[in-house]
Amino acid sequence: MSKLVGTLREAVMAAGLKDHMTVSFHHHLRNGDYVLNMVLAEASEMGIRDLTVNASSLFDVHEPIIGHIKNHVVTGLEVNYMGQKVGRAISEGIMEKPVIFRSHGGRAGDMENGSAKVDIAFIAVPCADNMGNMSGKYGPSACGSLGYAFSDAMYADKVVVITDYLVPYPLQDCSIPEGYVDYVVCVDRIGDASRIVSGTTKITRDPVGLRIAWLASQVVKHSGYLKDGFSFQTGAGGASLAVAKYVEEMMEEEKITGSFCMGGITGYLVSMMEKGYFDTILDVQCFDLAAVASIRENKRHREISASRYASPVAKSSAVDSLDVVILGATQADTDFHVNVHTDSNGNIMGGSGGHSDTAQGAKLSIVAAPLIRARLPLITDRVLCKSTPGETIDVIVTQRGIAVNPRNQRLREALVRAGLPVRDIQELKKTAQDIAGVPKEVACKGRTVAKVLYRDGTLLDTIRAKS
Amino acid sequence: MMRRTMLFLPGNTPNMLINGDVLGADSIIFDLEDAVAPDEKDAARILVRNTLKYQKSSACETIIRINPLDFGEWKADLEEVIPYKPDLIMPAKTSSAQDIQIIADYMAQIEEQAKIQVGSTGILPLVETVLGVEKAFEIASAHKRVAGLFLGGEDLTADLHCKRTREGQEIFYARSRIVCAARACGLEAYDTPFTDVEDMQGLVKDSQFARSLGFSGKAVISPRHVETVNALFSPAPEEIEYAHEVVEAIQEGKRQGKGAVSLRGKMIDAPIVKRAEQILDMERQMFGGDFH
Amino acid sequence: MEIRKNAAAGTLESSDVFICVEPYGQLSVQIQSVVQEQYMEAVSNTVFQVLEEFEVKSGKIQVNDRGALDCVIRARMETAIRRGGSR
Repeated sequence: MSKLVGTLREAVMAAGLKDHMTVSFHHHLRNGDYVLNMVLAEASEMGIRDLTVNASSLFDVHEPIIGHIKNHVVTGLEVNYMGQKVGRAISEGIMEKPVIFRSHGGRAGDMENGSAKVDIAFIAVPCADNMGNMSGKYGPSACGSLGYAFSDAMYADKVVVITDYLVPYPLQDCSIPEGYVDYVVCVDRIGDASRIVSGTTKITRDPVGLRIAWLASQVVKHSGYLKDGFSFQTGAGGASLAVAKYVEEMMEEEKITGSFCMGGITGYLVSMMEKGYFDTILDVQCFDLAAVASIRENKRHREISASRYASPVAKSSAVDSLDVVILGATQADTDFHVNVHTDSNGNIMGGSGGHSDTAQGAKLSIVAAPLIRARLPLITDRVLCKSTPGETIDVIVTQRGIAVNPRNQRLREALVRAGLPVRDIQELKKTAQDIAGVPKEVACKGRTVAKVLYRDGTLLDTIRAKS
Repeated sequence: MMRRTMLFLPGNTPNMLINGDVLGADSIIFDLEDAVAPDEKDAARILVRNTLKYQKSSACETIIRINPLDFGEWKADLEEVIPYKPDLIMPAKTSSAQDIQIIADYMAQIEEQAKIQVGSTGILPLVETVLGVEKAFEIASAHKRVAGLFLGGEDLTADLHCKRTREGQEIFYARSRIVCAARACGLEAYDTPFTDVEDMQGLVKDSQFARSLGFSGKAVISPRHVETVNALFSPAPEEIEYAHEVVEAIQEGKRQGKGAVSLRGKMIDAPIVKRAEQILDMERQMFGGDFH
Repeated sequence: MEIRKNAAAGTLESSDVFICVEPYGQLSVQIQSVVQEQYMEAVSNTVFQVLEEFEVKSGKIQVNDRGALDCVIRARMETAIRRGGSR
């Protein structure tokens, strides 16, 4: 028996793609992905209409989806993150039905509890055998962890595996087993390897970013959580990664061994594990070649599914055991609500990803961001989109001061005693306005273009078109 | 005045000027000289002047490095910035007491015209010529505005006709001479920056050596060097503890009506008391009030 | 000040502003800003204030703002005017 079919068209037809179906994709190929565009192109050529696309993330490479939306091939979107190109088009109102935004954990949870039904999952994998055993660790387009694809494989009605590197049966070290798979197809290339993972992710050189990172690390130091068994997650962006560097220096000084680090994994975190600062890496996504090599070769570097990472529906998930997480934000308000979905003008250019999951799960959630970005103040009276509720944010760290959520007086006192520049959030807001001037409030008065669902499925906020 | 670090910031880059004060340095130097291209000198001095006028920070000391006397721009530099009272002017290539006098006179003229107190702004001469090194003492004692001496190693080696090296043997004499000259006038001396941004080990060695020679601080050209250099020029915990003991011993002595006081078997004379007070002042600036 | 020759000041770097001035029969001011929704009025007010301060009554002024603070806009405006003008 073989599930192998000759072409993508055959696979799509065999899987029974029809109008009004929901199809799903993961985003491990990031801005180098070819598969989502390939599948939608087939659907369009076949005359399929009214599809809902449940893609864990959409990047600028997925710009062609804008055309499919305009042609009504695609009329529904469910995503955890949307890059600036597609986001701008959505904000301009090209799609009638509002986009559904979830978090990574929420997407997995909603697939588990049946509220997000998927008819056909199209799973792009760097390596597979003819029965559908699949892995992200091998092949010319290796991407490392396939964390976001597990739910798709397990819960979709039909599963199509698309690879560019077929190996003889059985793929020995498989991540997702054949039992979930209906069809397998091999194409020339699933993506552009150079844009799937970067060479190395570098720590920022921007002095203000470094200053913010250093202050954030000082918050960690005086929080009481930095001791043996410490667990930590930070972003892969330059400034967030710089926090890891300062935390490493502190762990070295105090001779601390951490339990695990998690999240989007880069070579920097791999080297921290290899040097002995962490026992384990829990990896839901790899960002660079070093991370891919490590997950392949080091048994302490574990691949985890999005469900194991952050599903609020499962009996527990890794975020529940996380001590500290470092997060970004485009805006924050005086209630500590944080916006990561839109820019300061209300245009969609992001999404929660794991933001609201880790903020809720972690014992200490720190937002680290510049107080002013190109004149725009970080702190407003009301964020344009509530991506993560203020109750789950403990600290906001900027280069001109640290605001502590009033719910956490113990932490506030500890930071004040340590001599850190603790400020009231209203004071920080005013400092930014004293420097930059008071900004005019931006209003989005158009119809609803997106709904932001919290981890538990409830509606957190809506995003409107500009006019 | 604690000047463990003096961070150079390019005078024509808005982003750096606006954020300079949060980078942790004790002083920031707005550079109108080497960091600014010749045809942007006017733009830089207007930008720096506006930063002083509208965004002056209380978090750290503001120093303006102006162009040297032989270059012609220095007068325009002073005319723009003096009315807004920077803490110090750092004239490049200072080579004699006369250089200081010329600059101080022009500063006073501008201050009078702007109706601000004459002497509002001090001078921190940048000594980076061989003549300046030889005349270091006369430069340090030239005027009451002079707040210390700052050694510029890069340009100096050009004058010496030798190579600037990581180990710095070629500027050893100049370093010692600057420290002596400054201390002979009761002033502080500040060391030349370490120019390899990536070489942290080299930075540590260079800073430790400078401190061991008697410098009280060091210029830095990269924000990434600030933390390290601050730490290396801060008093050690033992020094701070000893300083507290000295002050307490003096106060105890006063209470008991004793003229001479001893601590740990040693007589405490005036220089020891003065040093202790300086250290406690640094402690206050480091740990009291705002975290740098 | 009268604008007698073409001049420019500033850069297109984030947090800076690029300003061009040219001689022209009347006063024509064009402003674009990456933060127009929040600060267009503020930017515009500043630009006109500086023009008034220097008594610039004619000239083509083009302002390309990349999120510069008020004091930076003032500095770049003044620099461009002084470069392009004479009393």
